[in-house]
Formats: sequence, structure tokens, C-alpha cells
Amino acid sequence: MTESSLLIGQLFNGISVASILLLAALGLALSFGLMRVINMAHGEILMMGGYLTYMTLKVVPHGIGYLLGVVVAFVGAALFGGFLEVTLIRRLYGRPLDTLLATWGISLIMQQGARSIFGPIGDEVTAPSWLSGSINVASGLNIPMVRLFIILLSALVLAAVVLLIARTRVGLLVRAVHQDRDMAEALGINTRTVDLIVFAIGSGVAGLAGAALALIAPVTPTVGQSYIVYAFLVVILGGLGSVLGTAIAAAIVGLFSAGAQVFTSVSTSDVLLLLFVIAFIQFRPRGIVTASSRSLEES
Amino acid sequence: MRRSENLVYAAAFVALALAPAYLGDYELSLLGRFLAMGILAMGIALVWGNAGILPLGQGLFFGLGGYALAMHLKLTALSPGDIPDFMQWNGLDSLPWLWVPFESGFFAIVAALAVPAILAAALAWLVFHRRVGGVYFAIITQALALAATTFIISQQGYTGGFNGLTDFSSAFGFDLSDPHTQLGLYWVTLAILGLMFITGQWLLQTHFGKLLRAIRDGENRVRFLGYDPAPYKVIVFAIGAILAAIAGVLYTLNLSVISPAMIGVVPSIEMVIWVAVGGRDSLAGAILGTLLVNFAKDKVSSAFPEFWLYLMGALFVFVVTLMPQGIGGVLESLMRGSKGEVKETAIMPAVMMVGEKPEEKVHT
Repeated sequence: MTESSLLIGQLFNGISVASILLLAALGLALSFGLMRVINMAHGEILMMGGYLTYMTLKVVPHGIGYLLGVVVAFVGAALFGGFLEVTLIRRLYGRPLDTLLATWGISLIMQQGARSIFGPIGDEVTAPSWLSGSINVASGLNIPMVRLFIILLSALVLAAVVLLIARTRVGLLVRAVHQDRDMAEALGINTRTVDLIVFAIGSGVAGLAGAALALIAPVTPTVGQSYIVYAFLVVILGGLGSVLGTAIAAAIVGLFSAGAQVFTSVSTSDVLLLLFVIAFIQFRPRGIVTASSRSLEES
Repeated sequence: MRRSENLVYAAAFVALALAPAYLGDYELSLLGRFLAMGILAMGIALVWGNAGILPLGQGLFFGLGGYALAMHLKLTALSPGDIPDFMQWNGLDSLPWLWVPFESGFFAIVAALAVPAILAAALAWLVFHRRVGGVYFAIITQALALAATTFIISQQGYTGGFNGLTDFSSAFGFDLSDPHTQLGLYWVTLAILGLMFITGQWLLQTHFGKLLRAIRDGENRVRFLGYDPAPYKVIVFAIGAILAAIAGVLYTLNLSVISPAMIGVVPSIEMVIWVAVGGRDSLAGAILGTLLVNFAKDKVSSAFPEFWLYLMGALFVFVVTLMPQGIGGVLESLMRGSKGEVKETAIMPAVMMVGEKPEEKVHT
């Protein structure tokens, strides 16, 4: 009984890790699929979301403070992402490897900035009272409320993004640009504005990931770095800019890590995860969900 | 044009060879280390600037070279039958089998070069033969550097963990604390750098080198001409790894320590910025950039430790957006500007133009 509840507990951990990874990777995957741009500062935008939540809770410490923090994290991160797109990423259009290096520079500046402002030691965000405690599912199996909340949050965000892309006018434009940028442009769609919107929303979702992460771990200047490489692996596994592929890939990575950690150490499971990804692209080089296109893919 | 370029290179080499006469001990030891890093940087210039493959995990190959040699140096410092101190602290009572062959210096040198080369070739083949590339490959190399670092740190009993390997007394019969050894080491480093530079320059003007640039600028066009790009990319990536490993060996000898802090994600990407600053497609530019950035880092980070990361970040953004050909490119355009010669550039390789889509699949 205890062994199976340990396994279920670990499974649950895996799902909650996967939900944070999903939030962290969603924006990366969308902007990569649309613009072929990899944003190395994405992890630092996540960190920024965490600090924004922390600061909001300093101002409004009670009750709805945390929910307010989540909103502030989303809006702040989205605004910053938009700013980054207009000032830097737009200039490097068509040079994905250069964008990668330039955004790495941004991430260094943001990390050091956070270190100067908040200090190198992490800042704790205490979960509000309605999120503390845990639910007793079975004997010896307690599921913490915060983890449940994180899973719920990322499910909501996933649903919202899917609806946005599938059902709204903005989503229609995004799909059009994704499928054929030249044709979309020829039809009068302002593709740069579409890029900007997608990049800002992706950054906002990363900010949400930061707000969620703040519940289970202290916010540190390097929190983004520890998540970003996994988020990239999720993007590789998931396929070019597919929301569904990203969700499946996040689940695979999260469960794989949690599962491997039952049998080995964290560091060995990292190595195994990487080997798994390299083995996987032998079979599906373009990821789980692939967009069919007649053009020669250049990624 | 070529003759005057060669004259400049020869003059720079002589100036470096005479450096012990006019530099202090501290500066000279820094220069020796940075010249070793210059060998690695040339590898990045080959792989990135010429073949268009961005390597974000060169630190790993650097580290494999360094560790292979450090294992040998660690063993020679022991009296027979002893095992290294960190193994004793971690409860090991005999030498692990992986360490045993490193008692031979010859084996250590061969392993230092062969292991990175084989690993790099295998990785590149696995990725490139399925036509995965570009950003994907960059990220996979970065993940590799991350995984390797965490793995080395976690296997403390076998690798020395976070502290790495240090406390070497002698290398191949030379006393490492002797100033003459240090001086000799500087010249050996410089000589190997020179040799690799000449070899690299030669390689770039061969048919192989021309194909690398063609792959960078239009991989599909190269395919249509009947070449398979994958083997070329595999070979150049392996060459880059060997250069990184040579740098690792020389760096470890110069500094007498190798640790995970030198091989992880952050140092690996810093290596790329050295090359970006100097000029990504030129070997001389790569060395120049390595020396400039590293000396600047030494000066700035000792005076204002916090400021360095801001500067480094700004450097990334500045070089990539405003000076994509680096210092080498700026110098070159100053030298050739009036003549209007057109040179191949790496700024905007045709294959990376997102909007471009001239080639459609042929349906039969």
C-alpha cells in the first residue's frame, strides 16, 4: 500500500513539474514556431514573474494578494516581452542563432539585475491560507494544495491558449502567419504585429510560470536558468510551435524525470532525459506534432 | 592582400613569442591560458563562423580533454598503491577501473583527444543525419554541457565533484612549480596555437572548407548539387571538439586545475562570445577576441565584480546587433572598403532567411 502510494505521489509530482514546464515552454514553442526565434531570456522572464508576485505580496499581503500577484506577473512579463520584441528581436529577424546569443546577453543582464536588487539568496513567497495544507487522498498519500493549484492553473492557461488560437480572430491571424508568412503578408496581414502579440503572450505565460513556481520554491536570480534547458527540450520534443505537441512533450519530460528519479539520482535522470531526447529525434526529427508543409523546412 | 595578411600574422606571432621578455609573471600566465583558449576559439570559428553550426557545449569537450590529462597528473602525484585523496573521503578503497589506464601518460593524451572527437562525431551524426539542425543542435549541445556538469558534480568519488581535480606536482617529468616549466609551457602553448592556426587556414581554403561555407549559406542547394552535407558537418564538429580538447589539455597544464565550473553552460556560451567579438568566420579574429574579452574580464571583474556580468550581457547584445562580423569584420572593411571587394559573409546566410522560400519539394 505504501509503495503504491509512493508511486502515485511521484506520479503526481511528475504532473505538477510537467505543468510548470508547460507554462515555461508554451511561449518558447509559440514564438519558435512562428518566428524561428529562440529566446534565451525566457527563463529570466519566468524569474521576473516570480519576483513580481513576491513584490505584489509585499504590498498586499493578505487574502487575494497572491491572485493579484499572478495577474501582475502575467501583465508585467507580457509588457516586458513586448518591449524586448520591439527593441531587440525584431532587429535580428531571420538570424535565429544570433537572436539566441543576443537574448542570452539580456538574460545575463536580468540575472545580475535581480541579484543587485533582491540579493543572491532566494525570496520566499508564502502561499495564502486557502492554498496551504494538503488533501488526504488515501492513507499515507497527501497531495499538497499548492501543487493541485499549479496543475489547475496550467490546465486553464492551456485551454485559454488553445481557444485563443482556434477560435478568435487573433488566433486565425496567428495560424495564417504560421502556415505561410509570405502569403499572409501578401493578403495584408501585419505579420510583425502578430509576432509581437504572440511574443508578448508567450512572455506573459512564462510570467505565470514564475508566479506558480514561487509557491513551491524560493524565487532566486538563477531560477530561470534551472528551468530553461528543460523547457527547450520540451520544445524540441513537441514540434514546431504546436500547442498540443508542447503539452504532450511537457508531460513526457515531467513524468520521465519524476519516474527516473525513483530509480536513480537527479543528475543521472538529467543524463537519461537528454539521451532520450536525442534518441527520440532519430525517429521523429521534427517533434511529436509536425506541421505538414510543401516548403523545404529550414530549422 | 594575402601576403600583407601573412606578414601581420607573423609579426603577431613574434610579438607573442617575445612576451616573456616584456610581460610580468601574472600577465604571462594569463596570456598562456588565454592562448590555450584561443585554440578552442578557432574551433568555434570553424564550426560556427564557417559551417553555420552554433556549438553551445564546447566547454564539455574542453573539459573532457582537461579531465583526461588531470586524471593522469593526479595519479603521477601519488606514491604507488595510493588513491587520490577525494576518493578516500568518499569511501573508495581502490582505484576505479576507469582511472587505471590513465596511469600511462600516453594513454591519457590519446584519450584526451580521441574521446571528445568520438563523442562529438557521434552526437553530430545522430542529429545531422536526420537533417535536424540549426537551433535544435545548439540547444542539444547546451543540454549536453548541463547534463555533463551535473553528472560530474554528483559523482564526487570518481571525479572530484565540484572542486574538480587539482594539486598536481609534475607533468611528464617536469616540475610544474618550476618557473622554467611555466615558461616552457607558454612557448609550447603558443607553438601549438600557431600550428593549429596554419592548419586551420589551410583547411579553410581547401575544397572541404569551401563546402562548409556553402553548407552554411545554402544547405539545400548543396544537397541539390549532389553532396550530402551531414558528413561534412560531422567532421567539422569533431575538429572543433579536438581543438577544444587540446585547449583543455593546455589550459589544465597552465592553471594546474580543472573543475566543472569551467565546462558548464555559462562558460560554454561565453566561449562563443569571444569569437563573436573577434569576428566569427576568421581564425585570427577568434584568437584576438579571446584575448580581448578575457583580459577585459580579468581587469573589470577584479575591479568591479558586479559590473562584469552587465558588461558581458551588453557585449552580447551589442556585438550581435551592431557588429555581427566582429572586430575582424570591421578591420577588414576598413582595409578593403575603398576597393569594394565583395566577401562571403556569415551575417545573413541564405538558409536562415525566414521569408525565403524559393525551393519547393519536387513532386513526381
